[in-house]
Amino acid sequence: MKNRNPSKLAIWLGLADNSFTRQKTVKFGDSSAVNSGRAWGILMIVTLFILWWLATNRGWVKPIYWPSFDAVISRASLLWTEGFRNVALWDHVALSIYRVLSGVFYGAMLGVPLGFAMGLSSTARGLFDPVVEFLRPIPPLALIPLIILWFGIDEFAKIFLLFLAALFIMTIAARAGVSGVNVSKVHAAYSLGATKFQVLRHVILPNALPEIFTGLRTSMGVCWGTVVAAELVAADKGVGSMIMIAKNFLQTDTVVIGIAIIGLIGYVIEIVMRKLEARLIPWKGKL
Amino acid sequence: MKRLVIKDVSMTFTVPGDAPIRALHEVSLELQPGEIMTILGPSGCGKTTLLNIVAGFLAPTEGEVRLEDNRITSPGEISTVASVRPKSKPHDTRIMGPGADRGMVFQKGALFEWMTVEKNVSFGPDMAKKPRAETRQAVAHLLKTVGLQDFATKPVYQLSGGMQQRVALARCLANDPDVILMDEPLGALDALTREKMQGLILKLWKETRKTIILITHSVEEALFLGERLVVMAPRPGRIEKEYRLPFADRGMEDDPRHVKTSPDFTMYREEILSMIWGMEEEIMGRAKEPA
Ligand SMILES: Nc1ncnc2c1ncn2[C@@H]1O[C@H](COP(=O)(O)OP(=O)(O)OP(=O)(O)O)[C@@H](O)[C@H]1O
Ligand SMILES: [Mg+2]
Repeated sequence: MKNRNPSKLAIWLGLADNSFTRQKTVKFGDSSAVNSGRAWGILMIVTLFILWWLATNRGWVKPIYWPSFDAVISRASLLWTEGFRNVALWDHVALSIYRVLSGVFYGAMLGVPLGFAMGLSSTARGLFDPVVEFLRPIPPLALIPLIILWFGIDEFAKIFLLFLAALFIMTIAARAGVSGVNVSKVHAAYSLGATKFQVLRHVILPNALPEIFTGLRTSMGVCWGTVVAAELVAADKGVGSMIMIAKNFLQTDTVVIGIAIIGLIGYVIEIVMRKLEARLIPWKGKL
Repeated sequence: MKRLVIKDVSMTFTVPGDAPIRALHEVSLELQPGEIMTILGPSGCGKTTLLNIVAGFLAPTEGEVRLEDNRITSPGEISTVASVRPKSKPHDTRIMGPGADRGMVFQKGALFEWMTVEKNVSFGPDMAKKPRAETRQAVAHLLKTVGLQDFATKPVYQLSGGMQQRVALARCLANDPDVILMDEPLGALDALTREKMQGLILKLWKETRKTIILITHSVEEALFLGERLVVMAPRPGRIEKEYRLPFADRGMEDDPRHVKTSPDFTMYREEILSMIWGMEEEIMGRAKEPA
């Protein structure tokens, strides 16, 4: 590690200091001076796979608790070609994503104006503050029984649940966005002759966009978790229902694949949102 | 061009559960069209409060501010429907609040970072729905004046602090206000940029002959830019002394360094510095030792 000119590979693997961390003498306590340690990450992944292979091949665990590597591969290709229970794998996934997007969409459509109103008018703040503050700490999953009682288990019920989950997050985000505006900007706009509506449209709204976007990202994450849980409880399509039904048929390999897909999609959603944010709100955190 | 009259303005902030703060006490000032006035004073003496009252962001507890015949603010009544464009009707006694007739330049953070330099500068005309072509031309001209013609399409957050303040100046001028109010416009800049910007402010003042009020913490800047210089004292905030100075006019012909090192300039500087030091020591609760 004391090598003055480490190879590119060693740097990439995080085994040697890169040009940035090399200059730092204080390393313990400065987290920016910690190398990626990618080599160890690779080692960890490989070890896990070997353990998996050993555990199932040697019969340390029964396939019903954890499927073998081969079983997962062949099940995956089967799911890919045949689908699950006459529904293509992609349709299960797409349905779940569609539910999330709808929920977030409707939640934002109502939540953003509501949050703006609460940030801008004392009437709206007075009216909605108690409701929002009361409903906010309730996990959306706790509402499932009530929603089943009201709306049954059809599509509307699920989207309504996700709408509620997104609604409060979006309301609070929009409200924070409004209160976060630097008063100087508002003053400047009025002094330049802007009307109230113009201040809202050209100053407050763009100023709140970063917060709104953070709200969207959080909503997506929460709704993704909620949709899977809701589908576990009551649905016949969607990734959540897929793993629940597979469990009933003791298809542990399908369950594991489903879980992996859920994790993967959650990750992709996060990445897409971050990329969108960088593209749409390049001024975030500047000035 | 309009005369700005600040008449017997007092301001008391009432903070719940605390003693009221007398930020301003019977401040009266009159600015003739085209005058440039600088305001100097120790921290907390009410400079920003005064400027905010003139801008129409705050209603004073007593007194009133008028721009020619238009009342800007008087106690307790300030238009919540802000930004009514001032009509040039004579004897219009409407209370106006903030408006396009008084432009503001803040210390920092008041530019719209989601817009390009160009869009920032054209904000006022755009809001007033002025013809596009006309605005474009005016904006291009202004950007040239402040030396930013090559940055028109850049987002403002990519500009340095000094450049951002030049955008703020251009944005204010694009709206062609009667009065320009600046609250420590150069306060966040380094010393070198600051001196250059002082020159720019003088140049713009000469070209446009706007009425300008400029708040600063720098005695030198106040002397150099102010045709009139007002020193304020704290607790309660009031006008301590007023000067009429020749340096703003001289600064436009002569070399700024030359002006700032001339004997009368340094004399004023020392006099005002010791005055302000006296106030600061009073605040700190220490008696000044006789020299
Ligand atoms: N909104 C407010 N509520 C209560 N007190 C206030 C408020 N704004 C200002 N003050 C008080 O009024 C006094 C004058 O404040 P002001 O900001 O006008 O001072 P300043 O001269 O601009 O100071 P600085 O040079 O530090 O900018 C201070 O004592 C301040 O604490
Ligand atoms: Mg101030």
